[in-house]
Amino acid sequence: MSDTRKVTLKTFRFNAETDYLPYYKHYELEVGKDELMLDLLNRIKWEHDGSFSYRRSCRHGICGACGIKVNGKATLACKQNALELVELFGDELLIEPQSKKRVVKDMIIDKKDFWDKHAEVKPYVVAEIDPHPEHETKQSIEEFNKFLDADLCIQCGSCHYACPAVEVNEDFLGPAAFTAAYRFTVDTRDEAGKERLELTSQMGPGVWDCVKCYECAEACPKEINPIEKITKLHNMQFEQGVAVPNVATRHAEGFLRGMKKYGLLDEADIVSYSEGYLGMYKHLKTALKMLKAGKIHWHSGVPFINSVPKIKHLDEVQKLIKISQTNKL
Amino acid sequence: MSKLKYALFTGCTAKQSTPELLSSTLAVAQKLGIEITILEEASCCGASHLQDFDEFLAHVLNARNICYAEKLGLTMITICNTCQLNSAMTKHALDTDPELKARVNEKLAEVGLEYKGTSEIKHFLYCLIDEYGLENIKEKVKVPLSHFNIAPFYGCHNIRPSELHHNANGGENPYNPTSLDQLIEALEGNPVNYDHKNKCCGFHVELQANHTSEVLAGNAMVDAIDNNADLMVTPCPLCHLKMDTYQDDIGHVIGRDVELPVLHMPQMVALALGCTEKEIGLNFHVQKATHLYSETA
Ligand code: SF4
Ligand code: SF4
Ligand code: FES
Repeated sequence: MSDTRKVTLKTFRFNAETDYLPYYKHYELEVGKDELMLDLLNRIKWEHDGSFSYRRSCRHGICGACGIKVNGKATLACKQNALELVELFGDELLIEPQSKKRVVKDMIIDKKDFWDKHAEVKPYVVAEIDPHPEHETKQSIEEFNKFLDADLCIQCGSCHYACPAVEVNEDFLGPAAFTAAYRFTVDTRDEAGKERLELTSQMGPGVWDCVKCYECAEACPKEINPIEKITKLHNMQFEQGVAVPNVATRHAEGFLRGMKKYGLLDEADIVSYSEGYLGMYKHLKTALKMLKAGKIHWHSGVPFINSVPKIKHLDEVQKLIKISQTNKL
Repeated sequence: MSKLKYALFTGCTAKQSTPELLSSTLAVAQKLGIEITILEEASCCGASHLQDFDEFLAHVLNARNICYAEKLGLTMITICNTCQLNSAMTKHALDTDPELKARVNEKLAEVGLEYKGTSEIKHFLYCLIDEYGLENIKEKVKVPLSHFNIAPFYGCHNIRPSELHHNANGGENPYNPTSLDQLIEALEGNPVNYDHKNKCCGFHVELQANHTSEVLAGNAMVDAIDNNADLMVTPCPLCHLKMDTYQDDIGHVIGRDVELPVLHMPQMVALALGCTEKEIGLNFHVQKATHLYSETA
């Protein structure tokens, strides 16, 4: 069997200075088993069309410049073997920039929003430093391990431009900024932790607007799992008393109310508890529709009151909550 | 084929706002000769929210659920993507972190339980496809769904993060999932191809970020409608709730009429297997869906 495959590359083309609309150009290449996506981008530029534009720098998966999307999958061009993608998607590869609405030229996008949001979380150690210290600041292995892998982020933007919350909500800081916020907040040398936790607890920009789609975990070429860091930030907000009672925090904490009583989430209670009784009016229309369809029902004879069946051995759940709960609102 | 036996983790939703999910699941299992034991001891999985409040507690409670499947010596099956992910995340965390497993087991010992890690956790969709087999399902089809264009909506938590699911979802490609499409084909329906089939429905921020939630659901529904879907099908009751219950609001936010029946995956299978109207429970939908039953008749 030959080591090469014929692959069609469908490349997104747009020059913000001269084009009114984007278009796609197709290239057929014979692709070898060791070729990376970046090799293919180079071949298009060097052998077919010198105007084709993309970013590249280190070629070692550490500068973050070469992020693109291939068939919708966030990809670091210099790290990604091309035939592996052919395995995944077949022999037509759709090469697009990370975010089509931010394109400057072809694969090159304006990442200003990414860098602004990154800067907003103070992605550096904030500390009063003695300019002439007697000895260096040491960290134990345990302290270092708290970073998890967040320190390995190369700011490629793959997660950020894969995130649907970033796409819809322009205030949302996004998974890379949260990863950085986590990284520096758990650093024992840092003194701005509380400030970062407060920033990331705000409704709109903060972690509570994450839709939990796990696109960021899937997208990251360094396998950093940003949503894992988001969960840690959530927990730290409660641990450090930064979390204030609001619809989001009560929604997270409120699960325990139903679980203590029935072992199960009380669907009606969680809405009224999270929103507060005044906020409930927003949901009246939906509640009526659900009631009509039989989606709200009750076991005690009265809607919303004791409407949930109890699990078997509920006492175990009650006891486990009592002895294992570490946070409070 | 030897008889398949599973321990069913129903999750909260199938016991409350989507009773049709439970009844259609049980009906499908019965028609296919799959033996189901409901885990009546199981508690809520935390629905990806409890973990934000207290991750350790969420692990303890999820581990307890898995203990009951282990006691029966059965694979634990789920009928909700989020239950699947939360349970699988706890299993993964405990199976790869001995220190965490010891801390969790210390708590479980207080109620006489021990998490061992012996039970697999799988969504019913993948049991049907990977264990029962599409060929076997094809043979049982009584009512082909050939006059329906069906939009598969996969939901996030069955397919991402793919690393975590690989042993449980047959290596589904999260960028181009095919399991539901294959199932639709096996039932002789016409799968609709549309870009948003693997995107997020926005359910989890319905309360705190309503606009984001409606836009995400709307984008997917409009994409399906524009590709001629007669109905949508999903393996996740939370996607179902978002997309079935909020169609008015979604339409209002995105400025377009949105009307599309959204079926649970087992309801679709139950339709094709010729289960009764009551078992399928299409009357429990906010967006009218009962006509689908008469159209197959
Ligand atoms: S999980 Fe949250 S942060 Fe990650 S991509 Fe989805 S919405 Fe964005
Ligand atoms: S977390 Fe991963 S995907 Fe996101 S910017 Fe950093 S390296 Fe890139
Ligand atoms: S060129 Fe630096 S990461 Fe690819």
